[in-house]
Amino acid sequence: MTIEILLPAMSPTMTEGNIAKWNVKEGDKVTAGTIVAEIETDKATMELETDEEGVIGKIIIPAGSEGITVGTVIAIILEDGEDTSNIANTPVSSAPIKDKIIDVMTIEEPTAKAVIEENLPEGTTFTTMTVREALRDAMAEEMRLDDNVFIMGEEVAEYQGAYKVTQGLHEEFGNRRVIDTPITEHGFAGLGVGASMAGLRPIVEFMTFNFAMQAIDHIINSAAKTNYMSGGQIRCPIVFRGPNGAASRVGAQHSQNYASWYAHVPGLIVVSPYSAADAKGLLKSAIKNPNPVIFLENEMIYGQSFEVPNIEDYTVPLGKAKIVREGSDVTLISYSIGVKFALEAAEKLSTEGISAEVIDLRTLRPLDMDTVIKSVQKTNRVVCVEEGWVSCSISSEISARLMEDAFDYLDAPVLRVTNADVPMPYAANLEKLAVVNSDQVVEAAKKVCYKEGASR
Amino acid sequence: MTKSGKPVARRKTVKPKELQITPQELTEFYREMLLMRRFEEKAGQMYGMGLIGGFCHLYIGQEAVVTGIQSALKDGDTILTSYRDHAHMLACKIDPKVIMAELTGRATGISKGKGGSMHMFSVKHGFYGGHGIVAAQVPIGAGLGFAHKYRGTDNVSVVYFGDGASNQGQIYETFNMAELWCLPVIFVIENNQYAMGTAVKRASSEVELHRRGESFRIIGEAVDGMDVVAVREAALRAVEWCRSGNGPILLEMNTYRYRGHSMSDPAKYRSKEEVQKMRAEHDPIDQVKKRLLDNNIMSEEDAKTIDKEIKAIVADAARFAQESPEPDASELFTDVLVAE
Repeated sequence: MTIEILLPAMSPTMTEGNIAKWNVKEGDKVTAGTIVAEIETDKATMELETDEEGVIGKIIIPAGSEGITVGTVIAIILEDGEDTSNIANTPVSSAPIKDKIIDVMTIEEPTAKAVIEENLPEGTTFTTMTVREALRDAMAEEMRLDDNVFIMGEEVAEYQGAYKVTQGLHEEFGNRRVIDTPITEHGFAGLGVGASMAGLRPIVEFMTFNFAMQAIDHIINSAAKTNYMSGGQIRCPIVFRGPNGAASRVGAQHSQNYASWYAHVPGLIVVSPYSAADAKGLLKSAIKNPNPVIFLENEMIYGQSFEVPNIEDYTVPLGKAKIVREGSDVTLISYSIGVKFALEAAEKLSTEGISAEVIDLRTLRPLDMDTVIKSVQKTNRVVCVEEGWVSCSISSEISARLMEDAFDYLDAPVLRVTNADVPMPYAANLEKLAVVNSDQVVEAAKKVCYKEGASR
Repeated sequence: MTKSGKPVARRKTVKPKELQITPQELTEFYREMLLMRRFEEKAGQMYGMGLIGGFCHLYIGQEAVVTGIQSALKDGDTILTSYRDHAHMLACKIDPKVIMAELTGRATGISKGKGGSMHMFSVKHGFYGGHGIVAAQVPIGAGLGFAHKYRGTDNVSVVYFGDGASNQGQIYETFNMAELWCLPVIFVIENNQYAMGTAVKRASSEVELHRRGESFRIIGEAVDGMDVVAVREAALRAVEWCRSGNGPILLEMNTYRYRGHSMSDPAKYRSKEEVQKMRAEHDPIDQVKKRLLDNNIMSEEDAKTIDKEIKAIVADAARFAQESPEPDASELFTDVLVAE
């Protein structure tokens, strides 16, 4: 029996990879531990070792191939006594590769329908880029503009970022301005705060905001409160950024949304973008801002592509929500990856004759209630969508404010569609049940529209 | 290396050399420490009268530490400390009036009455707080040191913390980064022997706190923190070490606070005799006064004049702090965020 080399999943979110390079050619002998190829994933370029002994019989996926689905047979090893004639008889365990690639592209990518910032100059051109690249470009541009801007965090320099967000920065800006820290969140958050008090503009990357729990004292007690406590003397122009919320199959301690924790605190600005254009424009605004800004990203959308305007020093104002899809029957309000679910739901609702307006809050503190209320005046119905827990959530806050400020415009109670109120489970089926999805949003939207078919 | 092959700890135990100090400097130390003492006594009285609210931590007994260290600094250097911060501000030459007015929560206070005793700052004087969370000032202080180095200056960051704070984890995270990145930071442990009511030996497995940097390769030195001249000498060495690009250094100042941890401390954890013995034999102000008198730098008459001047300054500050208005209600919502 020949041995198949399958493309392995090398990270929790990896669904596909690129064959950067083959280190072996057909006919080469391999033993357990031989590095056969370099695989480029969404996070890093990694070496692929074989566990088997034999001779490379056939390289099925050539170097340079992109978008290869995890589990695809990429090469075949011949065992003792076998030759290439054995390959033809080998049942290929995976589905045809091409189909898989198409599959991935149709499912994963195209929800990223670019909704472009209003008020762009006529004739603006766009570049398609991932959220990851947009964030990197934002930091690079600000670092070029202002020597006071630097980035520090775990693995931001030589490793190029645990999630590749800082790729290339170390090469361009060097050790002075791209700083690998020890694994010491409490310490480096406090050190960053001190540097910002001295007038520097640190970007502090947390590998994930789950780890920022260790540093939350400095974020709140030191960064958020000092300007007030000093009567306006001590500023703290710092950005704390990193992925927030659930990734995939990483369990309870790595899958929490901290948006409402930080949005609770006066003295902080809290941003959580969805699209790449917003990620870029908002991060640039955050870095330029003289206040501490919490910048909540999402690992699941780092690799998603959007159109980003080709405008020099492109910024998006903090504190402004965006209508990402216009509609007249119900308003779906969300932020970060929740916008994706809301947009999917709006698409489904349109096939049932319900016109949903989708608002991306983008900034969570301060909340742009003007945009929200204007929409509610039109639709009179609201569903909040949030990839996070329900209690004391951003959705809860929106709901309360609408009751206070737009009660007369509401024709139905505001509904909150959120994750299940449990620590994130690991098992795939339970995790799927725990995380909010577009079908739940559809159901809630029908309910507030008093449409038949709503089962709740 | 020792004979046993164990590496020698990078620790110095340097005895103060013959004192390099001028009569003028010594007189100035006397004035400064006396101002701190009288200021704190007044604050204590005003607290008792209900004019100062919340927590109020007095520095009485520890004056030599901040006075000696401040004398070794230059323009552009920065300092920060914990909530026991009144004297550090006086050492930075901040007007006693605006400090006292902050203690009474008035609009004329240095934080417009919005910070209080524990939260005071003056960028102009290089004083970065005034921090209410035990040990939080330590990584922040390293951040200031980081900024000095980032900008290519030879300025240093002095960060004060207590023996109690020295058991906080974030200090060791900071030691690690400060040495790793060779930051110009002087860590000053003000060991006043008690963390609130807990004696050092009841809370610390290693009571020689100047050794706390050893596993990070940070040199430490134990200093008689009741002797302002010894403090100054140690500070000059430490400043020189940092300015020359050698990275951080740790000074353990052995000192003593006469009053309670805060105004509400019943002081059941130590005897009156212990406190009395320290006052009688080691008082930092008496030591300097004796030196000034013995060397005929100052006469008894001069001492009385200085005492009078200081009392007047403090009385003036107290009056200012009581007569100033409370902050306007409109101040409630200012300074939450900085306008762009």
